[in-house]
Formats: sequence, structure tokens, C-alpha cells
Amino acid sequence: MMARPAGALLVGLAVVGAGTVVAALRVNQYVYFAGYVVLQYVVIATAWNILGGYAGYVNFGTPAFFALGAYTAVFLIQSTRAPLPVLILAGGLVSALLGLGIGYLTLRLRGVFFSIATLALSIVLQTMIINWEYVGGSRGLSVIRPSGPPFGSYVTFLFTVMVLLSVVAVTVARFIERSWIGRGLAALRDNEEAAECMGVPTLRLKLFATTVSGFLLGVAGAPFPYYVTFVEPNSAFNLDYAVNALAMPMIGGTTSWVGPVIGAVLLGTAQQLATVTISSEMNLFIVGVVLVAFVVLAPEGILGLVRRLRGR
Amino acid sequence: MAGALLEVDGLTKRFGGFTALHRVSLSVRAGERFGLIGPNGSGKTTLINCVSGALAADSGRILFEGRDITTLAAHRRTRLGIVRSFQIPKPFTSMTVRENLGIPLEYAAHARSQAGDADAEAAEILRTIGLEAKAHLRPAELTQIEMRKLELARAMAARPTLLISDEAMAGLSSVEVDDILALLFRLNERGITIVMIEHIMRAVMRFSERVVVLDAGERIAEGTPAEIVRNPAVEKAYLGE
Repeated sequence: MMARPAGALLVGLAVVGAGTVVAALRVNQYVYFAGYVVLQYVVIATAWNILGGYAGYVNFGTPAFFALGAYTAVFLIQSTRAPLPVLILAGGLVSALLGLGIGYLTLRLRGVFFSIATLALSIVLQTMIINWEYVGGSRGLSVIRPSGPPFGSYVTFLFTVMVLLSVVAVTVARFIERSWIGRGLAALRDNEEAAECMGVPTLRLKLFATTVSGFLLGVAGAPFPYYVTFVEPNSAFNLDYAVNALAMPMIGGTTSWVGPVIGAVLLGTAQQLATVTISSEMNLFIVGVVLVAFVVLAPEGILGLVRRLRGR
Repeated sequence: MAGALLEVDGLTKRFGGFTALHRVSLSVRAGERFGLIGPNGSGKTTLINCVSGALAADSGRILFEGRDITTLAAHRRTRLGIVRSFQIPKPFTSMTVRENLGIPLEYAAHARSQAGDADAEAAEILRTIGLEAKAHLRPAELTQIEMRKLELARAMAARPTLLISDEAMAGLSSVEVDDILALLFRLNERGITIVMIEHIMRAVMRFSERVVVLDAGERIAEGTPAEIVRNPAVEKAYLGE
């Protein structure tokens, strides 16, 4: 692992560089198409883990945040045809507000009750979108991509954008983990009452975690309309996002920023391969089997497994 | 009372229809060893929760160093110097003993004064408490008494002016009780005011300079340990008529 922030920045730039090179290679378009989904899950899993892994608040409402980012983008495309960077920023900010909202829920709801509330939030939001005709309602809406991406095809362009967003998300998560904020979140995850009595401003830290997590989930969802070009509530609020967002960090390991990245790359790639080779219905089945195996055999994920092997 | 470090004035706390504390007043002087006793369910822990900020009182005031802290959040009170230990140890389970001390050092002690080397301070506290050999273990690997010591060590790391020890000795053997008691005496000699809540009479009577007795949410007696032992109201509260 890198010792200095400069080193981390260098690695991040290298990843972006490599992504750009891959985009310039012009291999089969499907590689970019599938790669986008894997990278999108890197952002989602990393964002989920800031709240679920560091602070210990399990969020089942990932689809709500993701779809809110996507529908903010749809609204802006419909109303102003705003450029992609604006869509991403706006999607992130609106989801961050929702995150701040669920942060206040933690005042009264902890553990499984918090999780149930976030699940309900997703359903409520989906119902609202279904009844909002301007963004397509239940029928959905076709989105026309802007003509002439800065380079390559629009899919390779989106792929590169997602590489950049993944680097941003992982950098943010890594920074939080290693700062005083991460140590405070770990304390409140272990015992919230004791943390507060040891001087940790638990409410403020929880609000920070829910807001940042919400922001990054919204960021992951904002390019989605241009990626699929047809947005409808069932795909934007797909349960897959909730399950994957939780399963990927659990499989990789929740205590470090590397965990969600490993989980998202492994599970995301496996799902993409299964979609092509077996059937698209196999996705959740694979996730389910792998998750059960990990919960039973390696509850601390791949990172925990590696640590245990090294310890011997 | 002038010069009181902690002053609780007419504190009332209700849970639904049940009055856990009824207009309780007490004051603790700086540097004092103060005992708080009472039968089970008399409101000791509720009182401590109100003082530390875990619960909000329904009425009454709490003053610390002359400042009204009644509505202050718990973590702010810790930063002011009111630190408590828990009856059932609540360590940070994913962290080592040393890392457990790091949280109050970073969030409470150094929030007040920037100066200080956290590593040296943690090592010093672990030496005082007698846990230096266990610094790199996780709480799950500690024995009961070591857990209690960790609880005290972590409280110490917050640099308290007032340490509230909530039944730090329950369930320990008599040798271990003496061990913890000696520790609390040492901390008091360093100028830390200590409020001890305890069921073990031998310990609380030996330790305290002054004792307040609660029964059914009301203050029924106050005095030196010798006076309290002779007080008929206290005897009645503990033994019935």
C-alpha cells in the first residue's frame, strides 16, 4: 500500500491514463460496454462502504440514491440539455441531500431498523418517479446522446468518464479511512454510546458519512441515462444495485478501501461474463451463492482471508 | 455552593409514567472522592447518564465549573472534562488496546490542547493502569479485570477533570477490587475528582470522603461513610423495616 498521498495521486493518474489508453485501443465495443458496468459498481460499492463498512450502517436503499442521480440527469437533459459534467455534479448533489436526510434517521433508527427504513425509502421514491410524467413515468423515456463525443464512440467516452469517477470515489474513501474521520467512524461502528462519551461527535460524523455516500451513489447514477439511452423506473431502481452494493464490499472486505474495489471487480466481471455465456438471469444467483459462501467461510472478506493467511 | 466542580440542581427524569429521578441535587467539590450509592433501581445510573449527557433531563440544571451544561451534547461534555466509564465495558472491539486509547486522545484530550505526543501519552496511561504488555491485543483477548482496566485507561486518555466510575468493580474478586481501588486512589492523588458508583460497600466506604444515597429516585442521605453507615434511613432503604 502507498505511504504518501503523492504516491496515491500517482497511482490514480496512472489508472486514468491506462483507462484512456484502453479507450484509445478501439477493441470490441462490448468490452467498454461491460467495463462501464464493472466500474460503475466500483463507485457504488465504494460509496456504500463509506456508510456500511466504515460507520456500520447497512443501507438497503442504494437503488434510491443511484436512481435519484440518474433521474436528476434525465430532468436536466429534458429541461436544459446540460453537459455531462453538470449532470454528474447535480446528480451527486441531489443524492447527497437525500443522504443528509437519512443521516438524521440514524438519530432514532439503528441496526436493522435503519436498513428497513432505507429499503422503504427506495420504494417510496420509485413510486414518485412512476407518477412523474415529465421524466417518463412508468413507461420510461428515450434519451438521445449528444452528438460528437470528445473522442471515440460515446460508449468509450462514458467508459473513460467512469474510470475517472472510480478513481475519485476510491480516493475519497481512502482519504476518509485514513483520517481522523475514519477513526471516529470506526469507533462509532464498534460502540456508538462509548464513542460519543469519548468525545466523538457521532451525529456529525454520521451525517458526513451518509452525505458523502449519497453523493457518490448519485454520481454513479448520473451518466446512466446516456449509457442505456432508455430510462425507466424498473431498471433505474433495480434491486440488483441494493444486493450488489452490499455483497461486493462484504466479499472484498469492509474495513478498507481496497475491499469494495476487489469485490466489485471480481463480482462485476463474473456477472458480465455470466450474462454473455450463460444467461442474464444468472447474475443474482451468482451473487447469492458467493455471498453465502463468504459469510460462512470468510466473514471478513478476501482482505480478512489474506490477513489470516499472512498471520500464520 | 461556591467552588463546586459539579453541581446538580433539582434534576428530574421521567421514563413515561415512571419517575426515575425526582428533584435530585448534589454537589461535588474539586479533588473530592465522592461516593454515590443506593439499592438497585434507585436511579444511580440514570443520574450518571444525565450528567454525562447520554440522557436529557426533564427539568433541573447541571453545572460544571460554574457553566450550565444541561443541554450540551455528550461529546462536548467529555471535551470539557466530564468522562465516564461504563458498568458493562464497552470497548472498541475492532481496535487494539492502544488504538482504543487513541480515540479519546484524538477527539477529547487533543481537542482541548494541541500539544502532546499521543503515543507517549497512551504508553504512560497504559503503564499507570498496568496494561502496557497488552497494548497490541484486541479487547476480546483480555480478561474481565483487564477489560475494566481498559475502560478506566480509555477514560483517562480523555484527560478528565471529573471521572465517573460506574460500577468498575462489580463481579471482580476481592484482590481485583483492591487493585482497581488502588488505581482510583492514585488517579485522585493526581488531582482528578472521582465520583464512584458502587455496590461493593467495603470499596465505596473505604474510598469515599463523602457519600450520597439515592433511593427510588430521591436523595435520602448525605454524609461521611461513618455517618451513612449509622443512618437509619439508609438502613431502611437497603434492608426494609
